[in-house]
Amino acid sequence: MSRAALLVLADGRFPAGGHAHSGGAEAAVGAGRVTGAASLEDFCRGRLHTTGLVAAAVAAAAALGVDPVELDAAADARTPSPALRTAARKLGRQLLRAARVAWPSGELDALAGTFPKGAHQPVVLGVTALAAGLGPADAAYCAAYESVSGPASATVRLLGLDPFDATGVLARLAPEVDEVVTRAVGTAREAVGAGVDALPAASAPLLEVFAQAHAGWAVRLFAT
Amino acid sequence: MNTAGVRAVARVRACPDGRGGTCLPVLESDGPLALRRTRGRGTEAQVLLVGAMSGPLGGDRLAVRADVRPGARLRVGSAAATLALPGQQAGEARYDVRLTVADGGELHWLPEQLVSVRGSELLVTTRADLDRGARLVLREEQVLGRAGEEPGRLTSRLTVRIAGRTVLDQQLACGPGAPGGWDGPAVLGGLRAVGQLVVVRPGFEDKPVTARALGEGAAVLPLPGPAALVTAVAPDALRLRRLLDGASALFGPASD
Repeated sequence: MSRAALLVLADGRFPAGGHAHSGGAEAAVGAGRVTGAASLEDFCRGRLHTTGLVAAAVAAAAALGVDPVELDAAADARTPSPALRTAARKLGRQLLRAARVAWPSGELDALAGTFPKGAHQPVVLGVTALAAGLGPADAAYCAAYESVSGPASATVRLLGLDPFDATGVLARLAPEVDEVVTRAVGTAREAVGAGVDALPAASAPLLEVFAQAHAGWAVRLFAT
Repeated sequence: MNTAGVRAVARVRACPDGRGGTCLPVLESDGPLALRRTRGRGTEAQVLLVGAMSGPLGGDRLAVRADVRPGARLRVGSAAATLALPGQQAGEARYDVRLTVADGGELHWLPEQLVSVRGSELLVTTRADLDRGARLVLREEQVLGRAGEEPGRLTSRLTVRIAGRTVLDQQLACGPGAPGGWDGPAVLGGLRAVGQLVVVRPGFEDKPVTARALGEGAAVLPLPGPAALVTAVAPDALRLRRLLDGASALFGPASD
């Protein structure tokens, strides 16, 4: 495997559309629930251990070759908010477009054929990792890190938070990102034999409730 | 491994009685789980789950099974809130609910709140398996601690399958020892009551529910399948129930 390929895939500038999403941070800022570095850290920690863990496990499972159709259905069942399901598919489609140029592969072509409207982003991420010669832990790292880096950089824009403080939040969460990745890869390996029900289903009620409210905002900076 | 806790499985099965109503050929209480038939409305049978002793306590393994056969209608409630309590035995308690509803059957599963008392440790799993053409109304409410009390450790997983397809799979972990951030602004944000209402109706296949936010504490979410979820969070049990009841009214009478 190429360690540099991981840097390419995890780069915030990788053209996969992630910058348009705040991961629920815009709605949380709007509701006064995130007001600075401390509450951002709490927000990110909660997101990491819920939707971050699920995304990391789905991505790892896809990188291990678990059927993308089953994984996509599992991601659907773990994403009750239709606004978030739509966003996840859109992000999946955008990632797939970039990935097919970056790492052309039969698996990515097949994925595009199976999901003309896009698969959940973590499913695409896992297959992309495979195409890039990366492993399940790499895919899980990308997903887990993305679950906190998105809200952190969005909050810099939303609150005018000092970028040093936002980066400090991410650095403090790093050990927990490691833990989440270990759990995610463990359950993904279980899913290879036992099926997708073995994947975690950790949920975050406020993210779901606020995503629906946010989708109805007339003016917003971020898509989610 | 601790084996000293209570083990109990209560069962109810609902079938058509041949006269347009519903009979209960199986109604088995067990240990702390007592099932009582009460006067039902119209063609449905009604059962009340009555706690015959306190619990679940640490180490207990409790389960309830409800099976609704084609054409039968069953409504299950509970006489009081369930309190997860710390036991003499160390270790977590488990409470498993398994619901099956056949084509043309209807189940209303509407227990009172589950209260996670300080020091308790409980894993609740609720799984509903529905055939195509089955109908379900399922409400779950978790309250974190009695008034002003720190909650226990509570993990709750809810899975709904329709015709073999999982349309909802969600787990919430909270309380001391739960993964970080559970009380932060992404998950519960200091609120102490969280609930889910699942409605499955074949009619949603053609006329899906519209997604909408209900204020800052609840949302109606159409699931992938003829099903909808209302997810709600509130400062306390009373306000949570109001949110869920208000959302429930949005679905209108079950005519399809």
